[in-house]
Amino acid sequence: MNIRVALAGNPNSGKTTLFNTLTGSNQFVGNWPGVTVERKTGKLRKHDDVEIVDLPGIYSLSPYTLEEVVARKFLIDEKPEVILNIIDGTNIERNLYLTTQLLELGIPLVLAINMADIVEKNGDIIKLEDLEKELNCPIVEISALKGSGIDEVTNKAIKLANLNQKPNKIFSQDINNILKDFENYLTDIPENEKYWYSIKLFERDEEVLKKLNLNQNQIDEIEEKLSALEDEYDDDTESIITDQRYDFIGKVLNNTYKKQNKGELTLSDKIDRVVTNRWLALPIFALVMFCVYFISVTTVGSWCTDFVNDGVFGDGFFFFGTGREAYEIALEDYDLAQTGIEAFDVAAQDQGLDPASAKTLVTSADLYDEEGNVEEIIPVTYQDYIDYLKVEEPDPSNYGLFIPGVPVLLQNWLESVHCAQWLQSLILDGIVAGVGAVLGFVPQIFVLFFLLAFLESCGYMARVAFVMDRIFRKFGLSGKSFIPMLIGTGCGVPGIMASRTIENERDRRMTIITTTFIPCSAKLPIIALIAGALLGGAWWVAPSAYLIGAFAIVTSGIILKKTKMFAGNPAPFVMELPAYHWPTLSTLFHSMWERGWSFIKKAGTIILLATILIWFLSNFGFENGHFGLVDMDNSILAGIGSLFSFIFIPLGWGTWQATVATITGLIAKENVVGTFGVLFGGFDEVSENGWQIWSNMQAFFTPISAFSFLIFNLLCAPCFAAIGAIRREMNSAKWTWFAIIYQCVFAYIISFIIYQIGSWFFGTGNVIGTIVALILLGLFVYLLFRSESREKPIENKIDLEIG
Amino acid sequence: MKTLKEARVGETVKVKKLHGKGAIKRRIMDMGITKGVDIYIRKVAPLGDPIEVTVRNYELSLRKDDADLIEIE
Repeated sequence: MNIRVALAGNPNSGKTTLFNTLTGSNQFVGNWPGVTVERKTGKLRKHDDVEIVDLPGIYSLSPYTLEEVVARKFLIDEKPEVILNIIDGTNIERNLYLTTQLLELGIPLVLAINMADIVEKNGDIIKLEDLEKELNCPIVEISALKGSGIDEVTNKAIKLANLNQKPNKIFSQDINNILKDFENYLTDIPENEKYWYSIKLFERDEEVLKKLNLNQNQIDEIEEKLSALEDEYDDDTESIITDQRYDFIGKVLNNTYKKQNKGELTLSDKIDRVVTNRWLALPIFALVMFCVYFISVTTVGSWCTDFVNDGVFGDGFFFFGTGREAYEIALEDYDLAQTGIEAFDVAAQDQGLDPASAKTLVTSADLYDEEGNVEEIIPVTYQDYIDYLKVEEPDPSNYGLFIPGVPVLLQNWLESVHCAQWLQSLILDGIVAGVGAVLGFVPQIFVLFFLLAFLESCGYMARVAFVMDRIFRKFGLSGKSFIPMLIGTGCGVPGIMASRTIENERDRRMTIITTTFIPCSAKLPIIALIAGALLGGAWWVAPSAYLIGAFAIVTSGIILKKTKMFAGNPAPFVMELPAYHWPTLSTLFHSMWERGWSFIKKAGTIILLATILIWFLSNFGFENGHFGLVDMDNSILAGIGSLFSFIFIPLGWGTWQATVATITGLIAKENVVGTFGVLFGGFDEVSENGWQIWSNMQAFFTPISAFSFLIFNLLCAPCFAAIGAIRREMNSAKWTWFAIIYQCVFAYIISFIIYQIGSWFFGTGNVIGTIVALILLGLFVYLLFRSESREKPIENKIDLEIG
Repeated sequence: MKTLKEARVGETVKVKKLHGKGAIKRRIMDMGITKGVDIYIRKVAPLGDPIEVTVRNYELSLRKDDADLIEIE
């Protein structure tokens, strides 16, 4: 016989830890149908016939929040055989509130009082037997962390499955009478569920009213009784019930629970005094954020990512770095020699000499630094030339234990089996590059998720929301949106993934849509290229990119908040600030692994397919009447570029090269620079800011059109990896498309306005374009400042179609 | 009518009545703020909103707008 155990409890009650203890690694993570709320199930250890269903962490079974509706639907419609309700023994009063509601469902329930060890340590006393009698359900003291009491509680749950357990009457006599009365309307409802339905009738629960299909007569009768009672109590029936639940809990605990050390500050209190102190809160917050950023983006995360990108999926790496230094010095010598040879060859050619016999020729070679400045000019004589020719390209394997990267190994193998050129390219530049793009993010994401799991489970994350709420709610975001945005300055992918910590769905969606507006590190080369090539290296270009990013977030937040899709107040911010505690490593690793894996699975597919598609488009085309591998100039992508470049004429850069660069930017934003390198200079490789092609670019861009190009590329759809992350986090194709289209349209409009109006400052203004730009600007300002629609959907119950 | 919004840090107040309706009222009550309960105002966030209170032995934060729905004695 199969038993389904529903694991229910408040957030922060230790539910996740218990679930992990109960199921081990035997878990399946999915989503509840139709919503983005996570659904975790797993087989109970050593019991293959017992399935544990982890309900979302909830405080109540009200019909208002998504998590509560999901939990309620499951309990009512799917009727698990038994409920395992875990409560936090150190916070028993509020935790029992949910218990009183679960007990009414007509499903047998076992109560697990968690953190029993801490309760004991505090000297608090819970009289279990008395409490069992008051609640009429078996109770077990456990410690999910230490694993005590687990077997006992699961055995009790299994024994209890399918048995009948009647809830005690907890309301006042007059209400009990009415509830009894209401059961007469519930002829079709099974006996053990009548009590719950009668309470829902009493609360005027819309969902239940709809389901019961009562006739008008019956509804009038019910309404009459309820109105009379409401007048008597001077409150609505829903609140009367809530009041009485807490009254009941208060009475019960008076007799069964003794709390020691009242008034004395706990360690958690002391920490909180410092951490959310009026003066220290913000500096501490900044410090914590700095640490998160520093570890996940600047140091550990980027070391790991570089290792995967340049080592495993690049040329290769030295085992533990031994020999790397010597190799790099040799490589520098080699580069110097090459520069000298080239300079000598050119000089000889200019004078019509054969370099091999130009014994008297002396010339000089310019050595450039990364930025494109001449660092040093070295003389090159014939003797130097001969010496340089002897310098061989260093072989890394001579300098230490060198492990070649996957592409190198694969290429060698493919060449050894005489694989066709196009197939090699597909495997190396398409598939391996795509897989590398996915896996390159993985270490960083794992590091970030580890840190986020720590912040969440130690209790600081709730304080982040507490500290930042004031600023972010103004533009429809949550205080927790700060972290995705911060991480987004490093990389949008982990940034978007970090939005996972935002409970409220609307806030989360808004955060996902706006996070990639902030320039990530891959966009910096584009900024450097445009600033260097066309804006004379102006200092303000980079700061303006961040400012426009922040501007895009704020204005998008305000504009979207007022649309129908996001209408209404942000969710009520009535949030528990859980006690601080030190999380266990296994909890952190569990959370890290679960979220990291879901990125690989869900986002990986999109990234891989998109990379292969762009590879195909940019490497294939018609040349001399034949279809096949071609240079990018003749590729299908170039054709697509010319076909669609007209779209960007109003933005000032309607050339096919710029269009193609924008498209290749979707693979990774820094590709924009590389693509320009190929298209404007024929360079296979250019330095990060692309200085080699600056002069060529000036023929294609004006300063203002270059700036417009920059802004468009910063704000438009992010790279495929980030789109994959958006898809994963939105968990809906519709919302993913909405996000991408919104970003592109927003980018287009902003670039349009900047180019059209900015052109006047360069004496090239266009009257029609300017009028359109002004109209768009007006529309933008209107959307920004129009009054919010007054309907507050938060007042309405959540309408949710499940299954 | 005095509401929780006006209460000062360090004060302990008793809830007299809850205003508002629907989801927001239910949420406030679900979190344990019901008629007659004692609320201790612990602190105000560094930027002036929200506030942090102790109710039924745990810490709860709520915005001043929502605190305005809670009438106190």
